[in-house]
Amino acid sequence: MTLNRRTLLGTAAAGALPLVTPMRAPRAQAGNTIRIGVLTDLSSLYTDLAGQGSVLAARMAVEDFNPGAKGFNVDIVSADHQNKADVGSTTARTWYDRDGVDAIVDVPNSGVALAVNQITREKNKVMLVSAGATTALTGASCTPNTIHWTYDTFSQAAGTGRAMVAAGGDSWFFITADYAFGHALEADTEKFVTASGGRVLGKVRTPFPGTTDFSSFLLQAQSSRAKVIGLANAGGDFINCVKQAGEFGITRRGQKLAGLLVFITDVHGLGLQTAQGLTLTDAFYWDRNDGSRAFSEKFHPRNRGIRPTMAHAGVYASTLHYLKAVEAVGAEKAKADGAAVVAKMKELRTADPLFGEGEIRPDGRKLHPMFLYEVKAPNESRGPWDYYKLIREIPIADAWRPLAEGGCSLVRT
Amino acid sequence: MDTIFGVPAVALYGQLMLGLINGAFYALLSLGLAVIFGMMNVINFTHGAQFMMGAFVAWMLLEWLGLSYWWALLLAPLIVGATGVVIERLMISRLYRLDHLYGLLLTFGLALIIEGVFRNLFGSSGIPYRIPDQLQGAMDLGFMFLPNYRGWVIVASVVVCFGTWFVIERTKLGAYLRAATERPLLVQAFGVNVPRMITLTYGFGVALAAFAGVLAAPIYSVNPNMGSQLIIVVFAVVVIGGMGSIAGSIVTGFGLGLVEGLTKVFYPEGSATVIFVIMAIVLLLRPAGLFGRA
Repeated sequence: MTLNRRTLLGTAAAGALPLVTPMRAPRAQAGNTIRIGVLTDLSSLYTDLAGQGSVLAARMAVEDFNPGAKGFNVDIVSADHQNKADVGSTTARTWYDRDGVDAIVDVPNSGVALAVNQITREKNKVMLVSAGATTALTGASCTPNTIHWTYDTFSQAAGTGRAMVAAGGDSWFFITADYAFGHALEADTEKFVTASGGRVLGKVRTPFPGTTDFSSFLLQAQSSRAKVIGLANAGGDFINCVKQAGEFGITRRGQKLAGLLVFITDVHGLGLQTAQGLTLTDAFYWDRNDGSRAFSEKFHPRNRGIRPTMAHAGVYASTLHYLKAVEAVGAEKAKADGAAVVAKMKELRTADPLFGEGEIRPDGRKLHPMFLYEVKAPNESRGPWDYYKLIREIPIADAWRPLAEGGCSLVRT
Repeated sequence: MDTIFGVPAVALYGQLMLGLINGAFYALLSLGLAVIFGMMNVINFTHGAQFMMGAFVAWMLLEWLGLSYWWALLLAPLIVGATGVVIERLMISRLYRLDHLYGLLLTFGLALIIEGVFRNLFGSSGIPYRIPDQLQGAMDLGFMFLPNYRGWVIVASVVVCFGTWFVIERTKLGAYLRAATERPLLVQAFGVNVPRMITLTYGFGVALAAFAGVLAAPIYSVNPNMGSQLIIVVFAVVVIGGMGSIAGSIVTGFGLGLVEGLTKVFYPEGSATVIFVIMAIVLLLRPAGLFGRA
């Protein structure tokens, strides 16, 4: 046998290394072309909730804005960060230094978002976060170059966490994805639980990515006898948790699951039979009003039938608002000074068909109401993707972390 | 209540049971790899993708043809196994004379392509697949609440693993197979069609992966990444057990499932790493693996 184990293992390790495919973007062009890079997960567990749909949402924003009529061009490029902070950082540097990218949008995965956040500031470019969740982006790590648009761990905790406690769920057990996002979501939710007199009976940190069997963690949650099992994870991790909790009869025995970050694509993946009755907090639902329905009708035929998630909506709206600010400061200045564009974005009021009118706070937090939904039972659903019923709207004052509490250095007290 | 290191004994039995269930998947998958490696000396990196294909074929049979889980358990391995036969005939068979690394690279590339195609067609959030009605519900074992389906997974896996071991180690067909690996020309001289036997062996190994995929469909999210998450662990299992050792891969599969289950109780953060730690130790102390012949 000519093959020995050492060669096998070496090759296996090499195979597991990130497959960095350099983006072949055209060289930086004339001063009036704005280039937007969609940095997202194109190959793993966040692909459906962000991924290609985010690239499409950015394209649609450019189409609707029609930059040609306003005297500048806009290019969209995209890349897969594979949920690895190092891959994301390398792509961001290459984009900024070599490919003439002016703004990076979307960035699911808080770990990657935090890494790109620093690079964006260093290069004085712009980052518009939609699918990344950590509140650190508008707190300790806030920069004059970053806008956090769609949701954050605080808004999710404030919505679902508070609603569960109000409904009598005063003892909690957390199943937490073991990285920046899970930790932030768990911490924010825990604050709401203890502030309203509840208790946290235990928590377990699950390796990320790569955990597929959650039954062991679910049984630990079960034996804690907590009334609520808080799932501080997202995407495929969340789906597997809910599926396996159903299998082990955990919900039938009276414990409630709280999905702290749930996307409509997750509900679609679970099926209504399994997902019915879940309470969730969302910034955008395709069937909420005429604006969202019109957007969805244009979006889903171009996205393999997948309806837009709140991450997609955020990419669309943030790109649109960015382009308005670029128009206001002029494309040439916008390319040279990212902070100036972000300052203009904060100065202008936001207006788009998906989130309505709103504003951006000095710390970079975009403000809009959030919504508490319940997943419909199969017999209540009238058609494909008819999944949510509204419980109530969460007003801006309750949905977001108060400006003074974030510890952002841009906020003068 | 009795406790072991601060964990109630009753809870611990439950966790061991879960470890055994995960071990059942490790055993089935590493068995397929061991059969393919042991008989053909090919390191089949496509194994994870073929596991995923098994789950998807089960879903397609149900959704498009209305065939139940039980049909899928029979048909999905046959269908995916047939694709394996095609891959072996068209591609892998051309590489036997080259270094084994070429086979590894080919199968790794195929895995990436297959997963990419499925991701394009079905997205990454996965699709629902229901537990068959006959296996709904659960039994109370006293120390835990065991879903009937998980019990079935253990039974099915043990039966298939034992059957495979028996065929290869204890029957005439298995003897031909093992002889063909050692002395292909001599066996051919006795009138055995060695290339066809090799092709069918690959098809069988692939079918084992697809069988595991069908078993996994109702409990894990059926999505294009489900195999790649598992395959690296399974390779570690094969290396610990000893490359190509049939019995070794089965025993190690179940054993490491148990070890992982215990880690999930005592140090959950380490549960994704513990198998690789064991692998490193085994390689240092017994480079041929626990059951391998140096």
